[in-house]
Amino acid sequence: MTQFLQYTLQGLAAGGFYALAALGLAVIFGVLGVVNFSHGACYMLGAMISALLLEHFSLGFWPALVIVPVIMFFVGVLVERLLVQWLLRLDPLYNFLLTFGLTLLTVDIMKRQFGVSSLKYEVPAGLGGRISLGSVDLSIYQLFAAAFAVVICLLVWVGLTKTRVGMIVRAATEDAERSRALGINVARWVTPVFGFGIALAGLAGVLAAPYRAINADMGSNFIIILFAIVVIGGLGSILGAVVAGFLVGLVEAYGQGYYGQLSQVLIFVLMAAVVLVRPAGLFGREEAA
Amino acid sequence: MSDTLLRVEDLSAFYGEAQVLRNVSLDVAHGEVVTLVGRNGAGKTTLLRSIMGLHKGTRGVVALDGQSLDGKSADKRARLGLGWVPDNRGIYATLSVSENLSLPPVVDKSAAWSLDRIYEQFPVLHERRDFPGTKLSGGEQQMLAMARPLRAGSRLLLLDEPSEGLAPVIVNQIGQIIRDIKAQGVAVLLVEQNVKFASTVADRHNLLAQGEVVASLDNDEFHSRTTELLEHLGM
Repeated sequence: MTQFLQYTLQGLAAGGFYALAALGLAVIFGVLGVVNFSHGACYMLGAMISALLLEHFSLGFWPALVIVPVIMFFVGVLVERLLVQWLLRLDPLYNFLLTFGLTLLTVDIMKRQFGVSSLKYEVPAGLGGRISLGSVDLSIYQLFAAAFAVVICLLVWVGLTKTRVGMIVRAATEDAERSRALGINVARWVTPVFGFGIALAGLAGVLAAPYRAINADMGSNFIIILFAIVVIGGLGSILGAVVAGFLVGLVEAYGQGYYGQLSQVLIFVLMAAVVLVRPAGLFGREEAA
Repeated sequence: MSDTLLRVEDLSAFYGEAQVLRNVSLDVAHGEVVTLVGRNGAGKTTLLRSIMGLHKGTRGVVALDGQSLDGKSADKRARLGLGWVPDNRGIYATLSVSENLSLPPVVDKSAAWSLDRIYEQFPVLHERRDFPGTKLSGGEQQMLAMARPLRAGSRLLLLDEPSEGLAPVIVNQIGQIIRDIKAQGVAVLLVEQNVKFASTVADRHNLLAQGEVVASLDNDEFHSRTTELLEHLGM
């Protein structure tokens, strides 16, 4: 039981990063129709920038939690304005290749600058150590990370459901062409949405920094799992991305806890099972005939 | 102000090498209901998509109120007064009924229906206003799809087979709505396979076969020659 609760918390914390990043991936795909392969690299950059802020500017975790998403937002805006927008009219494959190329470039530049060994990062003061709840011993930081991710997901949810901008993003995510035909200037939202999605990936990176190994390769595995999450949740479904993010985090943690090497396999077994039963994913809509 | 609201002239449309519309010309006057009748695959939906600016491979003239729409994006065309009602109704599953209604920006304040007026005209939409859009029945979805551009104040509704898949009694209701819309001074370009339905709502008809308009006639003429025309269309 103790172990189970620990694994659950571990899973919710990891699921938090996944949910945040997958949420970003989902809105970018929805509004732009771009499958952003560089999402894992953005997560890596989020963590790397956190470490660099600490090393060079003595800016710790709390400032990073604000500064990094802002930096990543502008990185996203720049990439969209300079590169992505020119390919939007073409087959979506071109932007997939572009973001794949950007990933290789970013990862290698980071390797060249900082090597392959992991950068150091401390769990922020006050969040270190463990807390005992009865017989269960839980990591305070993991509790924080899970709660923080849930809060951000809820805030994004409120923004999406209670504001006009949110309504437009939901509509464009469901069907961008139809939204244009109804008079919505979807193009106006393309750049901020791309920046926002990248910022969420960066935020996931900051959250991961205190307890994951920070290095140029940390995004490579992450992006594969993100794609599994998107398939499980349903491509283009915002709710699906969040739910599947936490679900995969849990499956991974139980796998690591109970079956060791099987944890990664389990994620893809889950994906295969979901696709068999619901080909469009848990929250995806079957294409109307 | 000329009487012509929408003018389509020598419009051709292509899917890659294949030509699906050949020099189609038609017009719709202010407050007029005009149909485009043809069987499946005749190019009806493509014509509406071309007018809306959603189909890329087109050639020819589309003008609204004398203003060419050439090079204008779909959202710009919608804001000029085109109201898109696609054949799958185009209701958002992730938006509630009331959100579906208020999503399109108001394009003409004086012509736009208020939500209250929409709900008065379509009480069932008021009842279901907090439901997800796709939890409605087919007929209710069709009403929602038609109410949406009215709320925005569109001057011309592009209706793609509104009677498709609906029970006869619902089809009659939809027909009444089209006549009501017309009475409000909103014009309609109606694309239909259901000839009987088309003849109950429209002023004029254009028959489309293999991407070409083969006949244009008013409703009386249409009535008297229905059988012959249908044979001609292979329907």
